Amino acid sequence: MSGQPILELRGVSKRFGAVQALTNVDFRAIPGEVMALVGDNGAGKSTLIKGVAGIYPFDEGEVYFEGRRVTIHNPREASALGIEVVYQDLALADNLDVVANMFLGREQVSRVGRLSELEMEEACIRTLSGLSVTTLRSVRLPVAALSGGQRQSIAVAKAVMWNSKVVILDEPTAALGVAQTRQVLDLVRRLADSGLAVVLISHNLHDIFEVSDRITVLRLGYLVREMVVKETDYESVVREMTAGQLNRVPGMRDHE
Amino acid sequence: MTAQVLESPQGKSKIKIENVLYSPALQRVLAFAALIVLIVVFSIASPNFLQFRNITGILLATAVNGILALGVTFVIITAGIDLSIGTVMTFSAVMTGVFITRWGFDPLLGVLCGILSGSFAGMINGIVIAKMKVPPFVATLGMMYMAKGLALIIAELRPIYFNDVPGFSTIATGSVVGSILPDFNIPNAVMIMFIAAIVGSFILFKTILGRYTFALGSNEEATRLSGVNVDLWKIAVYTLSGTFAGLAGVVIAARLNSAQPALGQGYELDAIAAVVIGGTSLSGGEGSILGTIIGAFVISVLTNGLRILSVPQEWQIVVTGVIIIVAVYFDMVRRRRSR
Ligand SMILES: Nc1ncnc2c1ncn2[C@@H]1O[C@H](COP(=O)(O)OP(=O)(O)OP(=O)(O)O)[C@@H](O)[C@H]1O
Ligand SMILES: [Mg+2]
Repeated sequence: MSGQPILELRGVSKRFGAVQALTNVDFRAIPGEVMALVGDNGAGKSTLIKGVAGIYPFDEGEVYFEGRRVTIHNPREASALGIEVVYQDLALADNLDVVANMFLGREQVSRVGRLSELEMEEACIRTLSGLSVTTLRSVRLPVAALSGGQRQSIAVAKAVMWNSKVVILDEPTAALGVAQTRQVLDLVRRLADSGLAVVLISHNLHDIFEVSDRITVLRLGYLVREMVVKETDYESVVREMTAGQLNRVPGMRDHE
Repeated sequence: MTAQVLESPQGKSKIKIENVLYSPALQRVLAFAALIVLIVVFSIASPNFLQFRNITGILLATAVNGILALGVTFVIITAGIDLSIGTVMTFSAVMTGVFITRWGFDPLLGVLCGILSGSFAGMINGIVIAKMKVPPFVATLGMMYMAKGLALIIAELRPIYFNDVPGFSTIATGSVVGSILPDFNIPNAVMIMFIAAIVGSFILFKTILGRYTFALGSNEEATRLSGVNVDLWKIAVYTLSGTFAGLAGVVIAARLNSAQPALGQGYELDAIAAVVIGGTSLSGGEGSILGTIIGAFVISVLTNGLRILSVPQEWQIVVTGVIIIVAVYFDMVRRRRSR
């Protein structure tokens, strides 16, 4: 199951003023696998992925993509590499329809500057049915008219539409009911099965155990450890999240 | 058009109601209905109202406000505001006068440069808002004063007349349509407004600029995270608004056959009123060109009709205020229900 990581962070740190949000953290994402990223509120999960996405730079540490060292300055560069992020606070424009949202920032335009609506609509429908997102009545509905699960599915579909290789999802099921969570988790699993490296941030261990292959635990901005889902259980993960030894910091090992 | 249909019939009808009853289109329909009611009432109340002469007067009165309103429609859809369009219009009129009468530009080139001076003012607005992060209300308020002052300084406090520029006034008051169809003497100013509206509608609904106009007003952060150069497109939207103000400046100069530097302030409010009456939401993300044109006609028909009925001008202003509040109230009710 374990292949070469496509994305790898080595010893990254990030400080916001007095808050040390991340300290010397290692992290990796492997093609064909779902890597869960867990930790209590404020553990540094969002900070980690925002650093990867280029929203702000890490203070220290190295980022490797496909084995090469890279520096990502902004979301655009992350996209160009094939890294897409679906943010916690849902990055969709409510008034725009599904097609417009899926193509936002990457619109297809004819030579006279006219939007190629039909082409975009077809590509959008193709992507959605490829991902088995089939509950939409029409791709011309504004996303405001969709259910939470449908919106989240659109946000995910938008992220994978562009030959992306790594898809990072920050709490994609946080606001969803049972059936809609199911819908999104199934989608997450399908993405990994199709060969993408998926990073899933969630507070719901049940969801995580259902779809993930590995779990990386953060605590107070430190890496606790990476675990293989098949070789662990709820209790161990909870223990690591709340009381795990803060890893890889010389002199901190005995600090409990 | 549709992806697979798997939604329950319940969900289906719910979405339908949202789409039809509570959509922005409803506001447009209401505005149009209001316009028809006004026309019917005024034509019953006064036999003069529907005379061709009076209709032409209404059309002419709508043209300048309509053109201004087109530009600010874009700005309002981004959830911004442009208070400078009235005085930028005047600034452009004065610059047109300077280019043609003082610097001896060919009238066509002078007109083009006049319009571009409006674009320039709009671009400054955009840069101040996007790059210096000054709120649109304040940035364009500042531009409103700057354009007003500059217009007065450049014109040396006096009107600039176009009497020596043959044919200049025909830009607004001539009728190309009338020369082809003698029974339809629709003034050029009105045709310019309609053409500007068609171009505006194309930009808004068929081009990337229009797409980002809606996206910015809908969720600026999402737009930025999607890799859109938000600052650049904001500047483009304000530049477009300034360009329409520049065009309005040329039209009003042609109509008065002079650039009146003291005119202009207050026009922005009529234009914003037209946009709001036409169903474009001040909170951004939705709106239409058709609605704005309807809104502009509601205002000018109302003003004209009340004048024909010899209602004092002060009362026309009061009624306009009431209509604005009613229009926004309907918009709010619609939004609350569709949530
Ligand atoms: N832009 C910022 N400025 C200042 N402090 C920040 C900023 N972003 C995050 N922090 C701080 O960094 C720490 C880690 O925050 P982060 O958002 O990464 O946590 P998280 O693991 O995503 O938590 P949650 O589960 O609540 O989403 C927190 O203490 C937070 O207050
Ligand atoms: Mg977070």
